[in-house]
Amino acid sequence: MNDTLLSVENLSVTFPIKPQGAWPWTPMLGLKAVKDVSFSIAPGETLGIVGESGSGKSTLARAIIGTVPTSAGAVRWQGTDLTTLDVTERRKHRRDVQMIFQDPLAALNPRMTVGEIIAEPLITHYPNTPKNEVKEKVRDLMSRVGLLPNLINRYPHEFSGGQCQRIGIARALILKPKLLLCDEPVSALDVSVQAQVINLLKELQAELGLSLIFIAHDLSVVKHISSRIAVLYLGRLMETAPAKELIEHPMHPYTQALVSSVPIPDPDAESNRQAQSLSGELPSPIHPPSGCVFRTRCPKARATCAENVPDAQFPHPDHAVFCPHFQE
Amino acid sequence: MRVPVMNRASIDAMTDETAVAGRSLWADARIRFFRNKAAVAGLIVLACVTIFALFGQFLTPWSNEEVDWGMLGQVAEVGGPSLENKHYFGVDELGRDLYARTVQGTRISLMVGIVGALISVIVGTIWGATAGYIGGRVDNIMMRIVDVMMAIPYMFVLILLLVVFGRSILMLFIGIGLISWLDMARIARGQTLSIKNKEFIEAAIAIGVSTPTIIRRHIVPNLLGVVIVYSTLLVPSMIIFESFISFLGLGVQEPSTSWGALISDGASQMRYGVPWQLGFPLFFFIITLFAFFFVGDGLRDALDPKDR
Repeated sequence: MNDTLLSVENLSVTFPIKPQGAWPWTPMLGLKAVKDVSFSIAPGETLGIVGESGSGKSTLARAIIGTVPTSAGAVRWQGTDLTTLDVTERRKHRRDVQMIFQDPLAALNPRMTVGEIIAEPLITHYPNTPKNEVKEKVRDLMSRVGLLPNLINRYPHEFSGGQCQRIGIARALILKPKLLLCDEPVSALDVSVQAQVINLLKELQAELGLSLIFIAHDLSVVKHISSRIAVLYLGRLMETAPAKELIEHPMHPYTQALVSSVPIPDPDAESNRQAQSLSGELPSPIHPPSGCVFRTRCPKARATCAENVPDAQFPHPDHAVFCPHFQE
Repeated sequence: MRVPVMNRASIDAMTDETAVAGRSLWADARIRFFRNKAAVAGLIVLACVTIFALFGQFLTPWSNEEVDWGMLGQVAEVGGPSLENKHYFGVDELGRDLYARTVQGTRISLMVGIVGALISVIVGTIWGATAGYIGGRVDNIMMRIVDVMMAIPYMFVLILLLVVFGRSILMLFIGIGLISWLDMARIARGQTLSIKNKEFIEAAIAIGVSTPTIIRRHIVPNLLGVVIVYSTLLVPSMIIFESFISFLGLGVQEPSTSWGALISDGASQMRYGVPWQLGFPLFFFIITLFAFFFVGDGLRDALDPKDR
């Protein structure tokens, strides 16, 4: 398949956890943050990843970008498996995949000026770029993301959260990457600024032909920007489908619960809304439930759910559901 | 109230191409520092002491080793501070000019303090930041080396060094250099551990910045606040340390001197009625230490406003 930019195959991330009161020789426990996740993304496409807190969304992003080690599976970038590359080779590939972070201010070094921050990827990968050219590019990019170019010598603490996120976006775009990973880029911003940042991302995507992986816990935000959505629960994929299809016809019981919990911005409709709330809490990822991990909270759970990890079912070629009982 | 009309031209004027100078965290800290009166006073005192050490000898015809033969044997009677014979601070028990000796001692003591602090800042910061950032086994090995060196009774080692290799200012610097960076390395490491999990470090890794560059560009500048504060408090402790060594008679060699040596000499002459021999060196010693402490305090408040 030549038209896939990035494909993730059975990716697992397991963090070693020291049990309480452990001796140095006590075996470590494994926290399975991401388990057997597969998806692929085509150029220009936007994949939304949703899930509640602790479902492994951020870990998945970090495994793709390579800041946490993967324990199994492959991350293929145009055919090359990034997880097997050595450090220098891996560093070369970093210019194609960039990331935007959740906390806009924390992602910027407080001791550097905005100009230095935005230029950093450029001078890292092309250290011989003349200074004027770097400055020109930074100013150009600043005006493109909606910042005044004359703020180039300011420091991050002199900006608002939304502006800081724009700085982060400018930094991510200076190398003209092909894929942008957005790890909850708007959850720290207020709603009006959220809309600005999302629209900015959409514009830039149309302009530059970027692919986006957009992570959020807010389904209404993801719905607005994504062409496809993947639902993650406890590090496992639950359902993937085109955005419209997933919102209108959720098949997996977990997705159904998620979709029904999105508030409707209409008081009448909102008061009639039947929110299907889930009972219980997210199980421990150190000792996940056997079989289907969602069975402890699933309204459709039955005894057989505990036996096997469910395989993907395809109601449409594009729509994968990891639940054998979705039709009932 | 009339609202001023913003026309296109005025907006253009506001957004013209002249880049606005940002106010860095350092500039913020400088403003806060200069608002602190005690710290500014400390800084002025330090500046005066430094000028005294650098240019003091031009004000006197005497050098620090010349013996005024007219004073010998009657120091207590005629050796006191006086403007007529140009012994501003009097003479010591051998008839040497105490003013010239104090100038020279100040130079040595300040140098010891500053060299000690510099070594500790450079070596300690790099060592601690590297250990903290890389972590794991490297961290373990590097910090155990620090622990081992800390466990050695350094005063004993330094005295041995001075006895074996002879008393010299170089040996003193080496001895001070060996021990001064240990605490700094620990402080820098602790601070690095809290910085390295921030998102901007992760952003740098994602960009593809190499590890040494991350340490240099992202970790060290964010450590410097703590390091600078600690080093201003380290300078006086280095001076005290040197004074103690000199007081024991192991520091600088005659005819050179330092505050510790001068104070030691002055103290031994106290009962012969020559209080100036103790008073002047002690005065400089005390005001300098106080000034350093005030400056250090001011820097801490200025660089870390949350901790006040």
